[in-house]
Amino acid sequence: MRFLSSLINGVSLGSVYAIIALGYTMVYGIAKMLNFAHGDVIMVGAYITFIVMNNAGLPVWLAIILSVIVCTALGIIVEKMAYKPLRNAASPLAVLITAIGVSYLLQNLALLIFGPNTKQFTSVVNFSSIKLFDGKVIIQDETVVNIVLCIIIMICLTLFVNKTKAGQAMLAVSEDKGAAQLMGINVNGTIALTFAIGSGLAAIAGVLMCSAYPTLTPYTGSMPGIKAFVAAVLGGIGSIPGAFLGGILLGVIEILGKTYISTQLGDAIVFSMLIIVLLVKPTGILGKNIQEKV
Amino acid sequence: MALLEVKNLSISFGGLRAVDNFNMVIEEGQLYGLIGPNGAGKTTVFNLLTGVYKPTEGMILLNGKNITGKKTIEINHEGIARTFQNIRLFKELSVLDNVKVGLHNHYQYNTLTGIFRLPGYFKTEKAMNEKAMELLKVFDLDKEADYLSSNLPYGKQRKLEIARALATEPRLLLLDEPAAGMNPNETKELMETIHFVRDEFKMTILLIEHDMKLVSGICEKLTVLNFGSVLAQGETTSVLNNPEVIKAYLGE
Amino acid sequence: MKMKINKTTKKNTITYLMLLIAWIVVEVLLRGGHLSNLISGMLVLLCVYSIMAVSLNLTVGILGELSLGHAGFMCIGAFSSAFFTQCFMNTGMNAGLRFFLAIIVGIVVAGLFGLLIGIPVLRLKGDYLAIVTLAFGEIIKNICNVMYVGKDSNGIHFSMKDTASLGLDVDGTVIINGAQGITRTPRQATFTIGVIVLLIALIIVLNLINSRTGRAVMSIRDNRIAAESVGIQVTKYKLLAFAISAAIAGAAGALYAHNTSALMATSAKFGYNMSIMFLVFVVLGGIGNMRGSIIAAVVLTVLPEVLRFADNKRMLIYAIVLIVMMLWNWAPAAKEFRERVKERFGFDGSKAKKAGKEEKKNTKGVA
Repeated sequence: MRFLSSLINGVSLGSVYAIIALGYTMVYGIAKMLNFAHGDVIMVGAYITFIVMNNAGLPVWLAIILSVIVCTALGIIVEKMAYKPLRNAASPLAVLITAIGVSYLLQNLALLIFGPNTKQFTSVVNFSSIKLFDGKVIIQDETVVNIVLCIIIMICLTLFVNKTKAGQAMLAVSEDKGAAQLMGINVNGTIALTFAIGSGLAAIAGVLMCSAYPTLTPYTGSMPGIKAFVAAVLGGIGSIPGAFLGGILLGVIEILGKTYISTQLGDAIVFSMLIIVLLVKPTGILGKNIQEKV
Repeated sequence: MALLEVKNLSISFGGLRAVDNFNMVIEEGQLYGLIGPNGAGKTTVFNLLTGVYKPTEGMILLNGKNITGKKTIEINHEGIARTFQNIRLFKELSVLDNVKVGLHNHYQYNTLTGIFRLPGYFKTEKAMNEKAMELLKVFDLDKEADYLSSNLPYGKQRKLEIARALATEPRLLLLDEPAAGMNPNETKELMETIHFVRDEFKMTILLIEHDMKLVSGICEKLTVLNFGSVLAQGETTSVLNNPEVIKAYLGE
Repeated sequence: MKMKINKTTKKNTITYLMLLIAWIVVEVLLRGGHLSNLISGMLVLLCVYSIMAVSLNLTVGILGELSLGHAGFMCIGAFSSAFFTQCFMNTGMNAGLRFFLAIIVGIVVAGLFGLLIGIPVLRLKGDYLAIVTLAFGEIIKNICNVMYVGKDSNGIHFSMKDTASLGLDVDGTVIINGAQGITRTPRQATFTIGVIVLLIALIIVLNLINSRTGRAVMSIRDNRIAAESVGIQVTKYKLLAFAISAAIAGAAGALYAHNTSALMATSAKFGYNMSIMFLVFVVLGGIGNMRGSIIAAVVLTVLPEVLRFADNKRMLIYAIVLIVMMLWNWAPAAKEFRERVKERFGFDGSKAKKAGKEEKKNTKGVA
């Protein structure tokens, strides 16, 4: 029973990681950068929802929508002002470091505006939990929402990428930016759209995460961001199903590790798993092995 | 004994048989050409000879020694050096340093000697500098020794790549389209340089080329590759006059 | 090639001189009481971070691989050296000798870990390598945080649970106390010692770069396939560079451990955020530019203090300064702007570069 509970909790946590990982993997695949500020967009999303719900007293659904809009706009603005000028820089490390700067910026803005005190996030989900096996296994309402939403997002994103023109443009840009441009694809717009979608998803992830784990500080997004990055790599960076798989796997391993091995070594276990997987499959579980032409 | 003997060399990539039953014999000191239409598999043969790819069938003998399936580094130790179709220089290193990297295995001192500047460092570095400059002079690059290698014009970059390959003191030099991107004057200069290298360094040279002037000008023997198989082989003039060869290049 | 040896040696000598002058100036200010408590308390830390920046630049700039876990090597160096010092605390060993040996211990242990970790890690490509180094860094920090090590007359005891399960005798002492880390290590690291260690690290790295080994490592960075084709043993040199880099980080860790009364493996001190901070030093100072790394490390570490006047907005300003500096240094548009300004005022760069460009233009025209 304990195993089943842990497994379900792991899948729930993993779903949130998966949603964040999707943003990471899309930006990496299309804009070819590791957006270290991604985790902090989660935090921004959570704070906006919190403020709108608590201070403005607006209904939950409106708060979430506002949060998604703000984060989407944030993603587009940051891309335009801080990342785009460095797209053709001498080293890909330049935009990486700038992303770190953006991360610091977001964290400190939040610190300034919302203060360092931990906020208690009220869960946006509010229906009764599901009881199984005579109440020995309780599935929280947040858990159900996480998993269901994650699956929906995964399906929508896959359909979007495969069936729509904008989605196909994304695939093209991720394959060969130069060629895509020559084919008349609006590369700037495609990349902006990628950041928009990723940031919007991050906002949703922020709300979900803080609903399940209600403490919110300006640094709340940092570690989940890193874990989601690990998840994306685990599944094969640049691959959408990979982000999904990696996220779920990571969540499950984290919860199971904390339950059965050691709570304190939880992080070490998660990171160890990544290393083991990459040793066996160096490009991640679903990653592509691109050979260099000699 | 021939310097290089290739017997029934083949490689498949998935379902595609990129090189099929490739046979070739190169005698010491020869200037040998490997030609054929684009996509025929010429660079693949080079990659097989230098250990970048492992053949699915066949054997490669260098001076009688079986080097089939050996790794690139080992094959270089055995005596094969190459240049690349898309020039592969060490972009952030100077022209001189590019050649000095080629001298790495012949002028040695260990890391500690380097870090603590023991006498071995100064002696060996001096010898390396002299040898490297010597090689650069052959290719008329000595004046640009301190330039960043990526700042050299295209033709000189190609020559630098050859100089670096020579620095490894090979028995057999593989040149992949050395005249690519060169104008007629540069090509003529290259032909003279290749002859000089063969004579002065007692080098055996196998080159891939599309420039027929260079091929007919310096190659003594040819192998023509088409769709991964040998189409014709032998003395340059007779091969170039072979109607099958002409058909392969010009089409029906 | 006399000219060439002189150019690099000249550049390096200037770097050493700058360091020596900085040391003299700071020492004078320090003795004269002109430095605030805050700054004088930071001096050893500035050395530590400078050494870390140089160490990371060896991996990122010379070997060409992205390491996001270098704080892990610093952690190993810190804990192993502090452990050594604690073990020999009351044994009558000369304090200076003990400190010297402790630094050596930190270097060797960190270097060994660099070798062990390098073997699996250096096989991976670019971004995957980066994330694995981050993973290792976190694992190291995590383990150091839950480790209990004690010493008594029977020897050394180890536990991952708590101090009680160490089973120490009455006369035993706990050296590493889980999350509380190692305490009461004598603060023997001074600014002068820090500068000396930094100087040695610089000499090692700069001499390495300008040697046969350095060229081999850089050739792998620039074009691995070409390096193999001229017979360079890629695996050997990658491991060598990585291990040396880790060892230097270990020295920094040893210094750090002997400058703090409580050594704890916290996320703030040894986590990925710290590793990323070191990377910022390297990129801002110039990838491959050791002098720049030190300057960037000092400037960025002192900056939050300088910005104290801005109160609670200072970290925000710090973040903005970082972003702006990155854009200014690295954006192609900004670079072009700087080039045009330089041309206008006649700072045209070396003659050689211009001559090279001219020739390139001419040849292209003829072809």
